Amino acid sequence: MTEALIEFPSARATGCPFAPPPDQRAVAAARPLSKARIWDGSTHWFVTGHAEQRAILSDPRVSMDEKRPGFPHQNLNMAQTTDHRPPTIFNTDAPEHTRFRRLMTPPFTVKRVAALRPGIQRYTDELIDAMLAGPKPTDLVDALALPLPTLMISEMLGVPYSDHEFFQLHAVVAVDRNATAEEGARSSAELGGYLAQLITERVETPGEGWVSDIAEKVRGGEVTVAEAAQMAVVLLIAGHETSANMIALGTLALLQNPEQLAVFRDSDDPRVTADAVEEMLRYLSIAQHGLRRIATEDIQIGGEVIRAGDGIIVPLPIANWDPQVFPVPERLDLHRQARAHHAFGFGIHQCVGQQLARAELQIVYSTLYRRVPTLALATELDQIEYKTDHFAYGVTALPVTW
Amino acid sequence: MKVSIDQSRCVAAGSCVAAAAAVFDQRDEDGIVVLLNASPPADLADDVRQAAAVCPALAITIED
Ligand code: HEM
Ligand code: SF4
Repeated sequence: MTEALIEFPSARATGCPFAPPPDQRAVAAARPLSKARIWDGSTHWFVTGHAEQRAILSDPRVSMDEKRPGFPHQNLNMAQTTDHRPPTIFNTDAPEHTRFRRLMTPPFTVKRVAALRPGIQRYTDELIDAMLAGPKPTDLVDALALPLPTLMISEMLGVPYSDHEFFQLHAVVAVDRNATAEEGARSSAELGGYLAQLITERVETPGEGWVSDIAEKVRGGEVTVAEAAQMAVVLLIAGHETSANMIALGTLALLQNPEQLAVFRDSDDPRVTADAVEEMLRYLSIAQHGLRRIATEDIQIGGEVIRAGDGIIVPLPIANWDPQVFPVPERLDLHRQARAHHAFGFGIHQCVGQQLARAELQIVYSTLYRRVPTLALATELDQIEYKTDHFAYGVTALPVTW
Repeated sequence: MKVSIDQSRCVAAGSCVAAAAAVFDQRDEDGIVVLLNASPPADLADDVRQAAAVCPALAITIED
């Protein structure tokens, strides 16, 4: 059969910073599976249908093992460093993955996240207080979107309050792409060292948060301190920029849609806010560049056969804008039922931090616009710089005034 | 409605608890799903269907 082939990743349309790339949506409209050619010239399955994405991401014959020949790497650097990367939650399959996953999950249960809410609310209010006391216009990314996730992750990990400043400083540098590679590596090492020491202390004297959960497992011989510290850094890095982008890019989208912003500002019903956050996750679909997988056996799907050894790319934004599942997907409609979205992925690798991310976004979106009802963009839409080449889509800065 | 869970598949995403807290809970030590009520009343049926639909690990089965 004739297959639709696209070059991936492709660019978004000029004019709309929120819509996924039009050529990807076009192949998706024609069929649930196509082919995509990537940076190294190799061609892989491109799974766009909503049902097909669910099926592929939850299929045990689909692997995340990046060492398998034919794996569709994100870029040259990822391809070249494969052999140097240890097994982590990001490149293993069950049952190895199950072990990493279960070591990470304790602080993310619905109950534990609920207990973090008052702290997240307090940090949000403090950062907004500081922003309002400072000069305007200001950059919302610096004032709120970046610092809040680190504070929240410090709280979740159980970093003592007296160390927050140190942690915040290095966390920001570790994930700042304007920092040099050397600065980034130094801050990551500082954080790793700090976390290893904290975990060691918690082995002796238990305290709060994930470091104490993991310290108990270090004591039981299930995991080493070095491995545990590495996992803490992974949590920080995975949870930081993603949340920050949702806050800043989301605010931009809401400022463009004032009647939708009013839903967050005016509703006191936690269910309305919760549904609204699901729609923000769907609409923005910040995990923009397609999840990468490889088939370990032949798989029949969507009228095609994916052969063992074939690479697979799963562009989450496309299923989240599938008009069969989300009618008029280009409309940001905070009252729609969007829970079936794939913004956090699907299957056994679905985002570990999703309940924490949800709590944070519910709190931020419903606090910011209420406390700053005159919030407005302090630049033109076409002056804004977007993170088109990152795993997570977002804005590099968001000048706002009030 | 009859509900069953498969703890060996569960990846502790918590989505079932968020959808239907009267029917699903999570173990404190690792977040794995716990079934609170295998025969939920009719007024919870929609929430339970929602929970099964959003479970990323396909760990929840419903028989009507
Ligand atoms: C709104 C913000 C977030 C978005 C959109 C997001 C998105 C995602 C996506 C799409 C995946 C799946 C990757 C794959 O299957 O290949 C993922 C996995 C993951 N996320 Fe998030 N994430 C967010 C926030 C967080 C937070 C706050 C944390 C932790 C503090 C976190 C930690 C992780 C980890 C550790 C994984 C790997 C899970 C696994 O492979 O089993 N994320 N995230
Ligand atoms: S939604 Fe599924 S994977 Fe998540 S806790 Fe419930 S049963 Fe486990």
